[in-house]
Amino acid sequence: MCTYATMHADIDGSAKGPGGTWQHVTDATVYFDHPVHALHEHTLNIDLADPSRGPSNRIALELSATSARQLVAAINDALAAVPTALREDASA
Amino acid sequence: MTASTVHLPGYAGDDVEAYLARPEGVQRRGGVVVIHHMPGYDRGTKEMVRRFAVLGYDAICPNLYWREAPGAAPDDAAAVARANGGVPDEQLVADVGGAAAYLRSLPTSNGKVGVIGHCSGGRQAVLAACQLDLDAAVDCYGAYVTGTPPADWPLKITNVVDHLPALGCPLLGLFGKQDSYPSPEQVDELERILLDSGKSFERHDYDDAAHAFFAVDRPSYRPVAAIDGWERIAAFYAAHLGG
Repeated sequence: MCTYATMHADIDGSAKGPGGTWQHVTDATVYFDHPVHALHEHTLNIDLADPSRGPSNRIALELSATSARQLVAAINDALAAVPTALREDASA
Repeated sequence: MTASTVHLPGYAGDDVEAYLARPEGVQRRGGVVVIHHMPGYDRGTKEMVRRFAVLGYDAICPNLYWREAPGAAPDDAAAVARANGGVPDEQLVADVGGAAAYLRSLPTSNGKVGVIGHCSGGRQAVLAACQLDLDAAVDCYGAYVTGTPPADWPLKITNVVDHLPALGCPLLGLFGKQDSYPSPEQVDELERILLDSGKSFERHDYDDAAHAFFAVDRPSYRPVAAIDGWERIAAFYAAHLGG
């Protein structure tokens, strides 16, 4: 199926992309659809990009649904383990 | 057969890249516009374009993402188009219209042009056939021809039910019985609307097939359904685009 559902998040960070170079990323696009490369019928796909740098400057992930949930859990666990004072969103 | 990249005027006169494949020879023949799926103007879609040339048609696929990402890899272009909310229907129809006009302008054209699309392109093929002067349309498991997308989905897409009474040519629909987008019930609704409107609709539903059963390099590939589907497409176009 094609879910057509596309989620977006404004982000601020860096990612290592095409050509092995680091770049600033400002936008994350998340959707569950057919992958280009991963051998699953559907995957949770994440694109990290800075649209001002053009379409080819994209860091792409295609993860099985289980993998995506494990990644989310790992991210949340890592953030939860950090002393509040070290996080820039501590006052939020 | 020759295959090449050409440019044609699309929506609002925009320059649009397109992939063109043509049989050898000067005999008159029909044309086929291939609408690429949401993952873009990719290798699999171009293989389909060449296959239609092998079947004897001048075939073309406009790059619907050319505006956003000229020259980018298909997957990168698709990512940009998706992030921007997809291709507006009005733009899609005009780009397909430009591609059809290009085919009809070829010296080998017999004046007849069909359209085909898979997945998102299936819906777009039906929509194009409701708004353009076309001679045959093929919908391969297009989602949201009927049915209603959830209201909170970011991609701006609606069904094409209101357009169906204007369908101007015969429609061939190929679907997997295990597909959910479109579901068999949604295909039933499409069939009912078209038959109530007096339209020509040929429908085939395949066992042991879900979405994207034509995609040869994906786990969803189902050779029995795909081989039969290609034979149905060839017969359908021969009946409506020949002569």
